[in-house]
Parts: sequence; C-alpha cells; structure tokens
Amino acid sequence: MKADKSNGMSAAQTEYLKRCVRQKRIVRMWQWLLLLLFLFLWEGGARLGIINAFVFSSPVRIVKTIVSMSKDGMLWYHTGITLLETFASFFLILFLGIGCAVLLWWNETLSKVFEPYLVVLNSLPKSALAPVFIVWLGANMKTIIVAAVSVAVFGSILTLYHSFSEMEADKVMLIYTLGGTKKDALSKVILPGNIPTLISLMKVNLGLSLVGVIIGEFLAAKAGLGYLIIYGSQVFKLDWVITSIVLLCLISALLYQGISRIERRNTRSEHASH
Amino acid sequence: MGFLTISRLEYSYHTMNGETKALSDINIEVEKGEFLAIVGPSGCGKSTLLHLIAGLLPSEGGSIEIEGKPVSESRRSIGYMLQRDHLLEWRTTYENILLGLEINHMINEKSKARIDELLAAYGLSAFKDVLPRELSGGMRQRAALIRTLVMEPELLLLDEPFSALDYQTRLKVADDICGILRKEGKTAVLITHDISEAVSIADRVIVLTKRPGKIKKELEICLTLPDGRKPETPFEARSAVEFGRYYNKIWKELMDDEGR
Repeated sequence: MKADKSNGMSAAQTEYLKRCVRQKRIVRMWQWLLLLLFLFLWEGGARLGIINAFVFSSPVRIVKTIVSMSKDGMLWYHTGITLLETFASFFLILFLGIGCAVLLWWNETLSKVFEPYLVVLNSLPKSALAPVFIVWLGANMKTIIVAAVSVAVFGSILTLYHSFSEMEADKVMLIYTLGGTKKDALSKVILPGNIPTLISLMKVNLGLSLVGVIIGEFLAAKAGLGYLIIYGSQVFKLDWVITSIVLLCLISALLYQGISRIERRNTRSEHASH
Repeated sequence: MGFLTISRLEYSYHTMNGETKALSDINIEVEKGEFLAIVGPSGCGKSTLLHLIAGLLPSEGGSIEIEGKPVSESRRSIGYMLQRDHLLEWRTTYENILLGLEINHMINEKSKARIDELLAAYGLSAFKDVLPRELSGGMRQRAALIRTLVMEPELLLLDEPFSALDYQTRLKVADDICGILRKEGKTAVLITHDISEAVSIADRVIVLTKRPGKIKKELEICLTLPDGRKPETPFEARSAVEFGRYYNKIWKELMDDEGR
C-alpha cells in the first residue's frame, strides 16, 4: 500500500479517519435536525392552533420573553439566584462529602457506627424534609441550600467512603512498607487514586443540587427560577414557566460541560506527561 | 551474630471463629550480604513472616533483631518488595520512584542524583516521565526495585516479586534484579513457592512446613556449571550440575509435608 508522503499515513488509515469524521458529522447533523424539527413542530402547532399557545407557549414567545426579561433584569436576577444557590450547595456537598468520607475511612469504628444511619438518611426522600427545614430555618436561601445539600450529601459520603475502602489494600500497604503513616496513605494513595470517582460524583451531584435547589425554591423562595416557575403557574404566565424550564436546561448543560472539561483536563494531564 | 536474627518467633491469626497458629518457633540467622530464600506451600505463613520482619505486624512471641536492635526501631533500613509492583498509575516512573523519599522527607540533591544513576544503570532513563501503563512488566518491576533501593535499605524483603510476571519476563527480571542486588551488596530475604527460583537465586534455602509454619530444612546452595565456573546469573544457575539434586531434595521435603 502506498503511504501518503506528507504525514506518513497509509491509505487505509486515512480512510479510517475519514470514516470516523463522517460518522461524527452525521451524529451532529441529526442532533441539530431533531432540535430544529421539535422547535418547528412546536411553533407550527402553536400558530396553527393545534396546541394552545397560552398553555404550551412557543419558541418565538420564549425568545420574546427572554428578551423582555433580560431588558428589565428579571432574567439575570432569577438565574443568578438559582446559580448562586446551586454552586453553594454543590461545593458544600463536595466538601462535606470528602470530609466525612475521610473521617469514616480513618476510623473503622466510626464508620461501623454511622453506616446504618447514613444508609437510612440516604434512602429517605429528601423532599419530605423541606417543610421541616422551612419551619426550622425560615423561608429563605439558607433553607434552600440546606435542602439541596440534604439531597446529595449522604449518597456522596457513602459513595466516596466505599470507593476509599475499595482501594487495593496492597497499595496502602506499599505506603507502610516505605515507612509512611496513615496520613501518607491518605494523601499519596487514597485521595489521588479516587479522583475519577470524585469527578463522576461531581457530575451526579451537579444534577442533584439543581434538583434540590428547585425543590427548595418551590417551597421557600422569593426569587430564583424555581420560584418563577411556581409563581408563573399561579398567575397563569406560562411563558415564564416554560422559559424558566428552558433556562434550567441551558444551565445544566453548561455546568455539565464545565465538569466534562475538568475531567478532560485530568485525563489529558495524565497523558501529557510523556 | 548475624545481620538479621530471628529467634523463637511465634504468630497466630485471630478471627471470630478462633485462633490459627501461623508460625511457630522460627529461628533464622542471615549474614550481611547473604541471599536467603524461604520456600513453603501456600498458606504456610511466608508472607506473614516477611510482614513481621518488616515490622508491619507486631510479633506475639520471640524476637526479630537487625544488628542487635529490634526491628520496630529500624524500620527505615528495610526495603520491602511486594508481589506486584504497585506503581501508582497517576504518577510517572520518576514520581513513583520518589514516593518513599517524599514520605520520609528525604528528597535532596544527593538522593536525586542517586535516582538518576539507578535509572541510567537499569535502563529506565528514557522512561522516567512516562506513566506506568506504558512500561513493560519487567520495566515496572525494575522501577519498583529502584523505588525501594533509593531508600538505601540494608535489608531487602522480597515477597514473591516475580510471581505476577509471565515465564520469560520472570527469568529475565530475576536475572536483572539479582544482578542489581548483588552489585549493591544488599542482604535479601526472598519468599517464593517456586523451587527452581529459590535454588537459582539464593545462597541458602529454608523450607517451611504447612500451617503452622515451622522450619523443616535448611540447605546451603553451592552451584558449579559443567565447565567448572560459578554461575553468575540465576539463569546460568539453572544449568548447574547440582541444580537438579537441590531441586529434588526440596521437592521431597515439600511433598513429605503434603503427605503428612
């Protein structure tokens, strides 16, 4: 087979790469087509009166709502509040999760004592707690953040703790054979070895903290997208409701992208070292 | 008195279902620069013995001393090689080798120079910034050995360090590692269940019985090649005239034990 002189690639390799690129392009095209088709049917249905635009809104109405909301600052205000609460709960879950998992890993007795409590708290439907938080903490941002933290924190502790304890015993032993202490085992093996687990947990927690924040806002907020959804449905401004949902879609997509970027940088830094 | 002195060592495993005697009345002396192999059936407490020597487990009777001092006081001068290399995947070869020095806060110009010297001597210089997954089995085991050697241990404990490798790599790595240890003049204790490995590598072989592990037989190994030379590598040792005789002797000891 004649090799391509410019980059030393064989014809078969070039063909293979071409095929990969083509497949990627087809996938992308269909993804966009589906979205466009959906928007088109939605808009068309609303205009032709097949669906009631007042109840179902329509893409054009949503764009108009976004434009008017961003003009009077409502958009930035509510989105900002929701984002702030989501970030606050996300990082609280992260720190509490890592901190408690380390404590449980460190002390076996402690982990044995707490395990059944964590399992029960983890399987408890957290939305049941939200009204209690309102009574205890008042209808404010504190309640929303606590509610969102409660949604994901117990699961995070359990997942991390199990992942810590499943670390190969011999890798920990290695640290001891080199004269290290438990602290060295934690900082040299347990924590760096669990970064992939931590990243996938962050992906899950992002979604969960958003869920928690919205539940909290439904019940206890005076601002935020969750509040806007509830308020909009009560005053029959369904454009607000649907617009808020669209915004939530965009937010979760963007945040997910952010974490994927961290993940890629982590794997790349592992690759980059040659 | 020897370099390493183990006298009347006892150890038991404890579970909720009771106590199992693992080692009983173990007496071993190892001279400085000697290479001792301990063979025994699986479950005879070989690894436990190494753990005790390394001070990773407290003994339940008897004593283990290095140059007259109990091991609990001289942990740092003992190097321990586990069955698998256990290089940390997220660290490069070089960072893996630094691990022990990092833990003991011993990174300095001198130790770094020593690493470079060892990397060059054992053919890993070109791979120092590569992640372990890109190294071959033999290279990984050599990197693990360098990680142990940079700590300047006076005594090396080898816990079946070749057993995870395929046969060909195993012979080659055994040659490499023994060459390195001989050259550095280290005292070493190797445990293995592979008789030919023990005979080809060690100066002396100790046979342990099945649980509880007791010393059954001690053999000085003295090999000569058909042309009258002393074998220089474990691989050469395999073609020594006395090799088969030693092999059979140890095999018989182990079999007797099975038939008990």
